Amino acid sequence: MAATVDPTSTQLEKRATPPVQMFYCGVCTYPPEYCEFGNSLSKCKEWLQAQHPDLYEKYYSDVALKAKLGTISQEAQSRLEEETIKKEAKADAKADAARKKKLASQVIIKRIERNKRKFVTSIRGLEAFGVDLKKAAKLFAQRFATGGSVTKNAAGIDEIVVQGDVSQEIYDMIAEANEDGKGGKKGLDILKGVLIDNIELVEEKRKKDTEQ
Amino acid sequence: MRTSPSHASQAFFTDRTQRWQVLLQHRGMFKKFQPSTDIVGQTPVKSSVQRGIRSTLLSSWKIDTETLEEIWPKKESIVHVKCRDHLSIYALHGEPLFFQGHDGPYLPTVRLLHKYPFILPHVRIDRGAIRFLLAGAHMMCPGLTSAGGWLPPADAALPAGTAVAFDAEGKEFAVGVGITKLGTEEMRAVNKGIAVESVTYVGDDLWALQKL
Repeated sequence: MAATVDPTSTQLEKRATPPVQMFYCGVCTYPPEYCEFGNSLSKCKEWLQAQHPDLYEKYYSDVALKAKLGTISQEAQSRLEEETIKKEAKADAKADAARKKKLASQVIIKRIERNKRKFVTSIRGLEAFGVDLKKAAKLFAQRFATGGSVTKNAAGIDEIVVQGDVSQEIYDMIAEANEDGKGGKKGLDILKGVLIDNIELVEEKRKKDTEQ
Repeated sequence: MRTSPSHASQAFFTDRTQRWQVLLQHRGMFKKFQPSTDIVGQTPVKSSVQRGIRSTLLSSWKIDTETLEEIWPKKESIVHVKCRDHLSIYALHGEPLFFQGHDGPYLPTVRLLHKYPFILPHVRIDRGAIRFLLAGAHMMCPGLTSAGGWLPPADAALPAGTAVAFDAEGKEFAVGVGITKLGTEEMRAVNKGIAVESVTYVGDDLWALQKL
C-alpha cells in the first residue's frame, strides 16, 4: 500500500517547489550574512556564536572573511569596517536615549468627575511604552463592560477614556500584566512593558462654574 | 474615491513605466513608512479581484500554479492593506506577501523572495554597493556592470521597467527588490546613472512590518 501512496506524494512535491527555509538573525532580523551591514554587528556576532556556532563558523571564520572580500579593495573594506563601528555606536546611543526617555515617561490615570457620582477614567501616556492604544481601549471596555475609546485631548495627544471610575482596577490590570515571573494573565499582554513605578493616579474634580 | 488629483495628472504620462517611476520617486518607497499613520485601512479582497490578481501573478512572476498555491492557497482570502499614495500591500493571515504601487507591477516582499528566490529575474550588485542599497539608494550602473556585479546575458536581456531581485556579491540571499530603469543591455552601454530603482530592501520599513 505504501508504494502506491508514495509516488503521489513525491509527485506533488515535484510540482510545488518548496520554500527555502530562511534563517534570520535574532538581533537585527537580517539574514545573518547581512549583519555586517546592520548597526549591531558585534551583538549579532555574539548571538550567532552562542546560538548557532556552525553558522558562525560559516560566516565569520577566517576563510569566509577572506572570501567575502571578493572584488572590493582592502582599503574600501577597512573603510567599511570603520563605518560599521561608527554606525554601531550611533545606534547604541540612540537606543540608550530611547530607553532613558521610556524611563522618564509617565502614565497618568485620571479620574474625572462628570456628574456628582459619575466618573470617567482617562489614561494617558501608554503609547510611550509601546502599547497599542486602540487595542488597550478595547480591552478595558470589554473588561469593565463599559464604553472605552481612544480620543484626542485638548493638547491633541491620544488618550484612552473609559466610562466609570475604574482607575484602581486599571492600575491593577497593568500591574498584573507586568508582574515578574508570571507571563502575565491571558489577554493582558497588550499592556506589557509599562513600568509600574511610572504610573500616577490623579483625580480631577469638576469645577462648579463649568457645570452645564 | 478614485478621482484623486493624481488621477488627473496621469494624462501626462502616456507611458506606463514612466508614470510608475514618477510615483516611485514621489512616495519614496518604504523608506519612511509608518504603519500607524500610513495605513489607511484593511479590506478583504473580492474573490473576482483575487482571481485577477492570481492570473496576473502567474503571468508576471516566474512561478507555476502549484507553487503559488503553496504561497497563497486558493481557499484563503487575502487582505488588501491600503496605504498612503495608492500603495497597496496584500497580506495573507496578516503577513505581507506582495505589494503594488498605484497600478504598477506586483512585487513580492523580500521575505517572500527569500523563500521563493526564482519568482523574479535576478541582477547582482557588487559588494561596495550593498551598503548604499541598504540605505535606500537606487542602484547605479557601475554597481551592476563591475566585476562583482552581474547582469543577465545579452540573450536574456531585460527591458526597462522590469521587476528584479537584487542579489549581492558573495551573498547567498537576495537583498532587495527593484524596478529596472534601463534595459540591461543599455546599462552595459551607458554605464552611468541610475540603472535599477530600489523599491524595498532588507531592513526597510516593509521588512520591519512582519505582522499587520
